[in-house]
Amino acid sequence: MSAISNPMDHGHDHGHEPGLHHQYEDMAQQSETYIVGMWTFLVSEVMFFGALFLIYTLYRWNYQLDFYIAHEHLDVKLGAINTTVLLFSSFTMVMAVQSAQLKNRLKVMGYLAVTVLCACTFLVIKYFEYKSKFADHLYPGAGFADDAVKAFGNHALENGHVAVNMNHAQLFYGLYFGMTGLHALHIIVGIGVIISLIRLWFNRANTVIHDYVPTEMVGLYWHFVDLVWIFLFPLFYLMPLPR
Amino acid sequence: MSSPAITKGELKNQPQNEEVNYLNVEHTISSWLLTGDHKRIAMLYLVSASFFFFLGSIAAGLIRFELTSPAGVVLESETYNKIFSAHGIIMIFQFLVPAIPAILGNFLLPLMIGARDLAFPRLNLASWYMFMVGGALILIGMIGGGVDTGWTFYTPYSSMYSNTQVTLVLVGIFISGFSSITTGINFVATIHKMRAPGMTWFRLPLFVWAMYSTSLLMILGTPVVAITLLLVVFERLFKLPIFSPELGGDPVLFQHLFWFYSHPAVYIMILPAFGIISELIANFSRKRIFGYHFVAFSSIAIAGLGFLVWGHHMFISSQSMYESIVFSLISFLVAVPSAIKIFNWTTTMYKGNIRLQSPMIYAIGFLGIFTVGGLTGLFLGGTGTDVHLTATYFVVAHFHYVMVGGTLLGFLGGLHYWWPKMTGRLYNDGIAKVNAVIVFIGFNLTFFPQFILGWMGMPRRYHYYYFAPEFQAYHIMSTLGSSVLGFGLILPAFYLTMSLINGKKSGPNPWGAHGLEWETASPPPTSNFLETPIVLDEVYDFDPVSEHEQDMKDLDKWESTTDHQSFPTEDHH
Repeated sequence: MSAISNPMDHGHDHGHEPGLHHQYEDMAQQSETYIVGMWTFLVSEVMFFGALFLIYTLYRWNYQLDFYIAHEHLDVKLGAINTTVLLFSSFTMVMAVQSAQLKNRLKVMGYLAVTVLCACTFLVIKYFEYKSKFADHLYPGAGFADDAVKAFGNHALENGHVAVNMNHAQLFYGLYFGMTGLHALHIIVGIGVIISLIRLWFNRANTVIHDYVPTEMVGLYWHFVDLVWIFLFPLFYLMPLPR
Repeated sequence: MSSPAITKGELKNQPQNEEVNYLNVEHTISSWLLTGDHKRIAMLYLVSASFFFFLGSIAAGLIRFELTSPAGVVLESETYNKIFSAHGIIMIFQFLVPAIPAILGNFLLPLMIGARDLAFPRLNLASWYMFMVGGALILIGMIGGGVDTGWTFYTPYSSMYSNTQVTLVLVGIFISGFSSITTGINFVATIHKMRAPGMTWFRLPLFVWAMYSTSLLMILGTPVVAITLLLVVFERLFKLPIFSPELGGDPVLFQHLFWFYSHPAVYIMILPAFGIISELIANFSRKRIFGYHFVAFSSIAIAGLGFLVWGHHMFISSQSMYESIVFSLISFLVAVPSAIKIFNWTTTMYKGNIRLQSPMIYAIGFLGIFTVGGLTGLFLGGTGTDVHLTATYFVVAHFHYVMVGGTLLGFLGGLHYWWPKMTGRLYNDGIAKVNAVIVFIGFNLTFFPQFILGWMGMPRRYHYYYFAPEFQAYHIMSTLGSSVLGFGLILPAFYLTMSLINGKKSGPNPWGAHGLEWETASPPPTSNFLETPIVLDEVYDFDPVSEHEQDMKDLDKWESTTDHQSFPTEDHH
């Protein structure tokens, strides 16, 4: 990201192309290095979320039925809409990168703006989802899901008694808030990054107009954030009844 | 410089006006705090990491003082817990992990591969700020109440019970961890894409290979511990139950995730030292390193195997016996690449033209100490002996042999070796040699008795041992040794600083060493090389014939002068 934050870093003694930083020999080297750096960063991000997915897998394996009942409260429709929104934003991001390759400045800014719009839509929907969880006391802690039927529907009942293990349901919601929360944080960071990218394009900054790679780097990040959600959605929302 | 190939570019890379270099090009404070120059950032790291090392050492001194009497001396149990936690946390996260990569690696990596800077200079600066912010949070936590969990933060104690500043310190470590990740990303991109023309992968100095392996560990391991510690923070702050046993969470899962990073972290600390030792052994034996490819790939092998052995920290947890057997077997495998290194270094010295200057004395000390540290690791990797030795001073002694005797000695050797390059000044090599011996003696006196103590049953993290007063002799020996070691660690601060004031000016290559970093001025100009170097010769390409002739000349000169403390190879140019 460092390459994007300050386009005005010039004033080195040797002459070079605009947009080329002093430590590189030529634009090709600079672009390749950016790409390697970005992918390396994404590898570390995979490890970051990887640990969370590992924890989720382990607990879901251990507490299959409780996780199933706890997941009943999640709204599949809203989740699906959010998935579509993010997938569409990935599409507009691809179009933005292609427009950057074609050096079509207005199109880049347009597509990036749509991407930001999608990201905000995602967050708004997420806000309403969280709100309904809080309303039913599904946040872990004392008084968790005091009305189990209201929270999880009739699945929670067996012969008139609450069958779901509330402790394990708390684990589920701990993971839900932790993982979707960190994902939402990545979306918020992404919005910030994309907006600064739009600003650079708007200012015709050398960093972005001579080389599409900085735009592509933001694109890679955005696809990664999208991809995390592609895993989160089925894991949390689309659970089959355990046999 | 005797080898014809390496002299190429030497003249044109010496600036016309020698006064302009990265140190004196600008003098304002903001020119340091906002610099993108990897050499200046390395200096920032040097100063700040030394500060953290100083704090960690004070804690170590308190621990050793407390243990001179079977009943303890000054500290309460609670205070003692906070002191040893502070020692571990500061030393590991704020010194050992960043020390060699962020100080020497930062400074040398671009120089060694013939680049003008690291790939992402501003990211590099950002990493220093993250290191400082993380460090500041850790210190605020330490001052504002301390932490009593030990550096391992085992749940559920850290997540549910400890009433100390765990949250603040964990956030600090989290931020500091990102400084390590960004350094790793920077190094990987730099090594892949910024090498000078002709600098092929197998012409890379072994220090660069070590940095590459270290970076892989930083990139793959650090995020895991970051999220794990963050989950503990979430559990403390937001009551998100992840490791809570009372809700069905698994506190041992924390240990798995923690050691998934923290065992590789041990290699983050030791691999850079391996890299330094390879440089020192080759250049002070004046020989091409024996088995270059094996030394290079053994670093990668250690990095790879390092991710598969974390369970050997958990033999006495609830981990399955069969799991332990597998972890134990793989742990033994780590001995193979480590031994390859030791044997190759020894073989490099065999019939070499060994020059016993101060960096080489550190390197030789390293060989002995690391061998002891490595071999005692086998005791702890075996499931049977480990059950007897877990959480005793044997473990403490083992990892100090690797971390202090390995990493710290490697760091000191490297600092002495590259000091003339970093500052352009020569220090007094006579004092430095004596100091290397002091450190070696002090170190062994401190930690060897701890092996015996541990074997006899002295538990770690206890501040008294009235149940076994016979341990006192060993504890006093250890404390005495730590004073000697402490003296040996303070002394360099003085004579190295003195060299800045009255040290002789160093030429580009005071040791007559091989490597691109020695072809540019000392200290290097801001852009490292005035012209991008082209590499035509192999790494450590010492020519045996001219080495012999040079050695005879040096011997004559050395015998004819009374000043035996100067650098014999200084006047090669």
